[in-house]
Amino acid sequence: MVWEVFRQERAGQAFQHAGSLSAPDLRFAEIYARDFYGRRNESEALWLVPREQIHGVGEFADELERNYHRVDGYSLKAKLKEARDRAGKAPAGDR
Amino acid sequence: MSPQEQQFLEFVQSGGQVETNDWMPDEYRAKLIKFIEMHGNSELMGVLPEREWILRAPTLRRKLALTAKVQDEVGHAQLIYRVVEDLGKPREACLDDLISGKAKFHNVFHYPTKTWGDVGVIAWLVDAAAIISQKALLKCSYAPYARIMKKICWEESFHILHGRDVVLTLMLGTDEQRELVQEALNRWWGPLMQFHGNPIPAEEDPMFVWRIKSQANEEARQQFLDGYVPQIWELGLTVPDPELGKDEETGLWRYSEPDWDELKHVVTGHGPRSQERLELRRVAREQSAWVREVVLAEAA
Repeated sequence: MVWEVFRQERAGQAFQHAGSLSAPDLRFAEIYARDFYGRRNESEALWLVPREQIHGVGEFADELERNYHRVDGYSLKAKLKEARDRAGKAPAGDR
Repeated sequence: MSPQEQQFLEFVQSGGQVETNDWMPDEYRAKLIKFIEMHGNSELMGVLPEREWILRAPTLRRKLALTAKVQDEVGHAQLIYRVVEDLGKPREACLDDLISGKAKFHNVFHYPTKTWGDVGVIAWLVDAAAIISQKALLKCSYAPYARIMKKICWEESFHILHGRDVVLTLMLGTDEQRELVQEALNRWWGPLMQFHGNPIPAEEDPMFVWRIKSQANEEARQQFLDGYVPQIWELGLTVPDPELGKDEETGLWRYSEPDWDELKHVVTGHGPRSQERLELRRVAREQSAWVREVVLAEAA
């Protein structure tokens, strides 16, 4: 049985995938994981997950080009230049 | 090569990384398995020369440190065989091929460890040579292998520390102890110079073509010489190669041609300790079979 190991390096940090190990059950998985990923105090905590329990999701297509919720959907540079030019030409009293 | 394979090759050559379930050419998978399996075998076989010295280590602290190093290396073998398993070759098959002599392991683990000086030189310089190869694998096109290399390199750096400490302690001791280190260096220099392989151009090395490795053999050897020869010299040790020196113009090290015939002879199982160590591995596997059976039965 393959277990995926996620490791938290310091308290407050996100858990990151650290590797996998083979162990016949949770008891052995924990013993191995403690030894593999904790014997130098390099981990704050570990998560052990049976590989078959992980559901992977990928390929995020954006068929509708919905760029309004992405950074590249907003190109302020040209507009800002135009706006500044416009403001610069305005009569002094309007500033 | 099919268009799909060509596309894959271009992808890895431009720095692309591949995950376990991605499509990959059969040749790439076969090369990966061969390379990574040999790495795993070397970690596992590499503990045998050191194991011989656990009981003879001079102090309790050294015994513990050496035991910890052995544990690290076996742990690396576990991690690496896991990567091979996910590529389609089970660990038991790897061990079968190792013991039967079908699969290889690194040249340096085929030699005897004569004295405590050898233990220091191995942990310092063999691990230093190994970490240079392993650091270059952090950029491997096969991402799961590259990821475990981070942990492996981190642990190897402890071994270099331990080895350097052993060597420094001996160098600060008696003339006899210094002689022990010099003799060990004399024994290990040849195998160390062979370690990174013959200087074939990177473009002709299939492991580089597929970006499994990210540097040429000679590049690794030059890096090793650059990093460690000055450290050897500053302790008053002599490198047993009259040709050794750095060309100030090119910045490259000159050295006597390593014995490539010896390398080939040794890694094909004809080294001074090859068969003895494989036999030890076979007996150990046989004797521990009942443990695996009990563990699996209990978990079932």
